[in-house]
Amino acid sequence: MEHVAVWIAAFLTLGIISFLYKDNPWYKLSEAIFVGISAGYWFVVLFWDNIYGKFWVGVFPPDVVDEAGNFVSHGVPDYALIVGAVLGVLMLARLLPGVGWISRWPLAFIVGCTSGLYLMNYFSSNIMRQVQGTIIPLFGIGYGASVYEIIGNIVIVGGTFAGLVYFFFSKEHRGAFGATAKVGIWVIMITFGASFGYTVMSRMSLLIGRIDFLFGDWLGLIK
Amino acid sequence: MRREIPLLITAITGIVFVLQYFIPHAPFNKMNTWFSDWFSIVGAFAIWLGALNLLKISFQKIMDKKSDWFFALVIIISFFVITIIGFAEGQGFREPGTTFSWLYDYVYSPLSATMFAILAFFVASASYRAFRARNFEATLLLLSAFFVMLGRVPVGDIITGFLPQQYQLSQVASWIMTFPQTAGQRAIMIGIALGLVSTSLRIILGIERSHLGGGD
Amino acid sequence: MSSTTRIRELAVVILILVISVIVYIGKIQGWNNGLMFSPAVSLTVVIVIFLLLLYILLRTLQGHLIGRRTVFLFVGLAVVLPFFMTLTLKFRVSPEVQQLYDALSELQPGSKVLVSFDYDPPSAPELQPMAVAFLRYCLSHDLKVIIIGLWPQGPQQANLALEDALKSKEVAAKKPEYGVDYVNLGFQVGNEFVIQRMGTDFKSMFPKDYSGTVYDDLPLVRNVKNFSNIDYSFNLSAGYPGTQEWVQVAVDRYGLKMGAGNTAVQAPMMYTYLNAGQLVGLLGGMNGAAEFELVTNEIGKGTKFMLSQSFAHMIVIAFIIIGNVAYFKSGRKKKL
Repeated sequence: MEHVAVWIAAFLTLGIISFLYKDNPWYKLSEAIFVGISAGYWFVVLFWDNIYGKFWVGVFPPDVVDEAGNFVSHGVPDYALIVGAVLGVLMLARLLPGVGWISRWPLAFIVGCTSGLYLMNYFSSNIMRQVQGTIIPLFGIGYGASVYEIIGNIVIVGGTFAGLVYFFFSKEHRGAFGATAKVGIWVIMITFGASFGYTVMSRMSLLIGRIDFLFGDWLGLIK
Repeated sequence: MRREIPLLITAITGIVFVLQYFIPHAPFNKMNTWFSDWFSIVGAFAIWLGALNLLKISFQKIMDKKSDWFFALVIIISFFVITIIGFAEGQGFREPGTTFSWLYDYVYSPLSATMFAILAFFVASASYRAFRARNFEATLLLLSAFFVMLGRVPVGDIITGFLPQQYQLSQVASWIMTFPQTAGQRAIMIGIALGLVSTSLRIILGIERSHLGGGD
Repeated sequence: MSSTTRIRELAVVILILVISVIVYIGKIQGWNNGLMFSPAVSLTVVIVIFLLLLYILLRTLQGHLIGRRTVFLFVGLAVVLPFFMTLTLKFRVSPEVQQLYDALSELQPGSKVLVSFDYDPPSAPELQPMAVAFLRYCLSHDLKVIIIGLWPQGPQQANLALEDALKSKEVAAKKPEYGVDYVNLGFQVGNEFVIQRMGTDFKSMFPKDYSGTVYDDLPLVRNVKNFSNIDYSFNLSAGYPGTQEWVQVAVDRYGLKMGAGNTAVQAPMMYTYLNAGQLVGLLGGMNGAAEFELVTNEIGKGTKFMLSQSFAHMIVIAFIIIGNVAYFKSGRKKKL
């Protein structure tokens, strides 16, 4: 069985790689299997983890038993979960013509939750803490920083400020403001370059992983 | 009513999530628990909706005998194979030794991993064809990428082995990542967060309504 | 498409299949024990690739951009060939990796470490070596490991990593026991809502572990109520939900001490959190994994793959240089 398994995995891997030559039936077959399997995977996982694990077990909890399996007490049902299930079913109304508008209720709920959560989380972690992290002693405590750190600190403070100025579009980028925005775009370009470098690194790592499978696990050519 | 009720739902849930930061006890802790449970359940149905939609489109393709209808059939068969197995194997469907976990290891994993892996080839091809130092900004981008790519692998220090340690490429890459890169990322991060916070506030207050779609 | 081309393509596929079958039979029969180039052959291969790149440079200078399939071929060779080479490369540990290690090494034996596996198989080549090295270090230094996952595939990846870590001699000598020294609490849906609830009540989010054992029956977590009972946490992240959500909720709201291992794509963003002190250390991509292996003295897949990673980077850089040399040589013509 293990031989069959590894050959199936290799067949599908090569099917996707064959797209590099050109779009072909082997690739399309592998792609279709991938789409179907992924959708089914999430369908099953979400059923058991959320709909069964959270809703069903929450509303119809099993009896509490001791280590020997003897009955101790009935589980406490959480009927509030029914609201969640009702909202969920309303979401599926989108598939039915005529009553699709009712799916706006669960959608509104999702958007409300996310907005409330993001409002606080992003304000606190991605604004306040970042501003705090930028207000730093440029020369270290008691001029204790090395030249390397001093330059770095100036780059952090100046670069963040200039970058933010660049994103400020309510005022025309001219004069001193424009010059600062120009520095801002330079800093952002360096950031994009670094991100590009890391993206290359990431993609190559994934490819290395697949090659390790093909030449190692499958063909056994890698020692 | 079709617009008012959703607006009310959004406002109440949003305000509760904000308030529970300031009053992390009754009744807001309980409401927070309910809402987060409901969120998980609704989220599951939302993904089910996506899967069912995929099936609907695939069935339509087969019925209309469109080109590539065969692959639509493959999508449906693959979907039902893993779904039936997953349901039949019960709650322990993911445990080692189950058919579901076999499908995960030998079908889902290699396919999803390879899908992302082939991007490596396209990144390289795009670098050759489009990555040009056309102006000062592009040159900065290119140089930054160059130093980071070389400095983050051992070969960078081999090339610059003749230089003092602090000027070798691994150190240059570290400096870029720690200082200018961080400054740029931070500016972007603060910019995005400001946008998110203001949009969230507009949604909670009912000023932003585009997520509810058109019509009434 | 002509039938000749189709026949030729079919012939190539059959040829690949036949070769694969022969090599596979060799693997089973034992006469294929793997391939390894001698240093001389390795050097020759490097020189040949270099000469071919020079040829491509000349062709490009003459105004002929090479086809995308040739670029693909070079990328393939750059990744495949180093697997068979005997070259070894030395590298240095970056400050962010050292910081993560330092914070970990300060922990007293018996400290509780929470590890969240928030990734799936596509990101495994980058994150799995980190996971293995991290678990190996914890289990061999008497640190108690509590595993969870915010991605459904996370706990499965954790089991694979545990399997590898438990094979290590140092770990095996400690004879770690499930439920006492390490535990896999499984996946819980709800993204950052899960983290938020864990801040007040772990048990409500993970009433049972991965294999169905009740929370209170697991000695390791029985007394863990919330993040205040966790001494250190490590998040392996490939996207959403991941390090950003952990920082926003667990670190900034509940004061959890956290290090992170990220895919290289999202690692650059995490430097802002690192700089602001929200993270104690960071492993970025495969080289982060290799550096962590180096600092913990355990050679694993991260280190093994570094040669291929180096060659792949060199090839991309070579193509960027070739493209730009041709561009400037041609007087910045748009088509180049």
